[in-house]
Amino acid sequence: MSHEKETDAHSGMETTGHEWDGIKELDTPLPRWWLWIFYGCIAFAAVYWILMPSWPGITGYSHGLLHDSARANVVKDLAGLQAQRATEANRLSTASLETIEKDPQLQAYALAVGQSIFGDNCATCHGSGGTGGKGYPNLRDDVWLWGGSLEDIQRTITYGVRADDPNTRFSQMPSFGRDKILQPDQVSDLTEYVVALSHRKADAAAVARAAPVFQANCAVCHGPQGLGNQAMGAPNLTDSDWLYGADRASIHDQIWNGHGGVMPAWGHRFDANTIKALTVYIHANAGGK
Amino acid sequence: MVTVIDTKSGHSDGPRKGPVSVAASTRAKGAGGPSLYKPRTPIYPKLVHGRWRMVKWALLVMTLAIYYVTPWLRWHRPEGLPQQAVLVDFAGRRFYFFAIQLWPQEVYFITGLLVAAALALFLVSALFGRLWCGYACPQTVWTDLYIVVERLFEGDRNARMKLDAAPLSFDKAWRKSGKHLVWIAIAVATGGAWILYFQDAPTLWRQFWVGQAPVTAYISVAVLTFTTYSLAGTMREQVCTYMCPWPRIQGAMLDEHSLQITYRNDRGEPRGPHKKTEGWEGRGDCVDCNQCVVVCPMGIDIRDGAQIECINCGLCADACDEIMVRVGRPQALISYDTDSAVADRAAGRKPVYKLVRARTIYYAAALALVTGLMVWGFATRSAVVFDVLRDRNPTFVRLHDGSIRDGYTLKVANRSFERQTYVITLTGLPADSLKVPGQDVTTGALTLTVPANEVDSLRVLVAAPPEAITAASMPVVFHLRAGKTAADVPSVFLSGAANPQ
Repeated sequence: MSHEKETDAHSGMETTGHEWDGIKELDTPLPRWWLWIFYGCIAFAAVYWILMPSWPGITGYSHGLLHDSARANVVKDLAGLQAQRATEANRLSTASLETIEKDPQLQAYALAVGQSIFGDNCATCHGSGGTGGKGYPNLRDDVWLWGGSLEDIQRTITYGVRADDPNTRFSQMPSFGRDKILQPDQVSDLTEYVVALSHRKADAAAVARAAPVFQANCAVCHGPQGLGNQAMGAPNLTDSDWLYGADRASIHDQIWNGHGGVMPAWGHRFDANTIKALTVYIHANAGGK
Repeated sequence: MVTVIDTKSGHSDGPRKGPVSVAASTRAKGAGGPSLYKPRTPIYPKLVHGRWRMVKWALLVMTLAIYYVTPWLRWHRPEGLPQQAVLVDFAGRRFYFFAIQLWPQEVYFITGLLVAAALALFLVSALFGRLWCGYACPQTVWTDLYIVVERLFEGDRNARMKLDAAPLSFDKAWRKSGKHLVWIAIAVATGGAWILYFQDAPTLWRQFWVGQAPVTAYISVAVLTFTTYSLAGTMREQVCTYMCPWPRIQGAMLDEHSLQITYRNDRGEPRGPHKKTEGWEGRGDCVDCNQCVVVCPMGIDIRDGAQIECINCGLCADACDEIMVRVGRPQALISYDTDSAVADRAAGRKPVYKLVRARTIYYAAALALVTGLMVWGFATRSAVVFDVLRDRNPTFVRLHDGSIRDGYTLKVANRSFERQTYVITLTGLPADSLKVPGQDVTTGALTLTVPANEVDSLRVLVAAPPEAITAASMPVVFHLRAGKTAADVPSVFLSGAANPQ
């Protein structure tokens, strides 16, 4: 693109020689400050190549003189964090659940840990407020399927419910309708019976018809009075708390299909300290039992 | 003065008859290439003696003494708390000022103080002109100090001008380097004192010299060293003229009744040299000796009238008084006066000074209001701050027996200097509704011990039996007591009555 140097008469600036419809482009030099910053960036890049990991290779990459690694930094930061928390963590690991709950300082630490663990792992099913939903137990009230003492909660978290663990808590509500254990009208009568158990108005004739069916099929787990059994995870049918819904349709559906949810065995993922903290958190927020 | 920025005149296109603008003429003077900057005209203020100079000396010593001594003052506070009288404790999130300690939440006191200071500045400006600029502004104080050092090494005005014009010699070299070294030492001391306001001074002082102080301390000292050295040493009056917004803002506070350093042209004009043998009839008192110009640290001629550069330091008044005594005329040809008084005298009227004007009344009223609010806020400041945060998720929990339970987090900030044990109770629901999770004790009253100057929180659950629930939202009040300290915080108990499960 060699051309005669041409100076624009108006501005006194050289032109690039490009012309469009009589308009010529000025060859305005880059501002000096901009140019120096640009050169500075080039120099920075060169130094960066030498000091920091930058070039990909066949089997690895250039590590740079500083051997910087984001992964190693994270490991170091986490180790630092653990060292910082060592005092409380040590006390937590040696103290019993009851001791933790009685010691305000230790309880505060456990609650803080528990809250963050709960938010990351448990809130998915049990809700961010821990109130659960249909099929997911409410952890804030005083009704417990598998027991609400510290030890019971710790065990449920560690081994889960119907989870892939030999020690898991296990119970099975049969699908009385779907598996044709009971006749459809028997299931309908049982529905009325269960409604009556929880102190609500029900069809008296149906209740009378269902009484022997209940004693024969349900009382084994739920007890003759329908009070449930926490050792077997059988819910109390006389209270106002319903995992799969309180209305007749929901109760009928549950007797017919026998739903049963799964809670993972968190012992595979959390260390003992985390489970302890989580136990205290859940126990405290449920008001303690 | 209008400055035209002319981007074209850097290039010659034919003979020019002369510079077309100030910028162009400035550029023509500068070597090499077009420049948008006006080169600084060096100013060599001459030493002057007199009334205002004495006031300036006194204020210089006083303000510098306050700045350097304050961080070393000690103040007794209970064990574990800082013993420094004035301390901005970022790490501990407290501001200590003798018997007062402020929490970050109380930053409005600082805001109020700044607003009051601004209003005071407005009022003083409206009444007496730019007293701040001339006497108390750090830029003025430090520049004054730097000129003292300059004079010490290089002599007064004439000697300095001669030295600057002279070729480099050993004499010039040691004087110049000596001056800059002392300047840097002062600059370091400025930054050094600054950091002492932010950490325990004696401790930081020891750490600083052995390299154990926080990095921020060294950075702060470096930044303040740089700014002090450049602002007071090399930039001086340019800071006031170009960088500081105040000279431009203060025009709105001044009027013809504001006192300002004024050349009384009614008395001074027509000016001209005066021989001892001549009389004073038919001429003004100004003998055109130029002393008011050579002593001016801003490099202006006060006889041109009030101007944005003038910091009202009064040094020209001192210089003029000296001359007036010598020529046997009354003093105060240049003095603090008002435009209106000058105009009155020129018209042969008796000058009227009006301190009480609409402007000053407004400023005084605003200042009184803000100061009053501050005093009231301080007088009613509580030694405890009690906050009740109701759980929002879940808003309430229904228990198996039909009772309802709400969760609350109680935050107690103990703003006293003693450890306090607070008793917390609840009204609006049965007394035994209140309890701490995980603890079965239900006594109706909870206790919480909070260390001095700290904040602690307590999670409580309030469970109301079905028969106590009368509405979907029930008012409750949490009460906090510790001796004479008391706080009652209203909250609500949401029962879900309108939303049966």
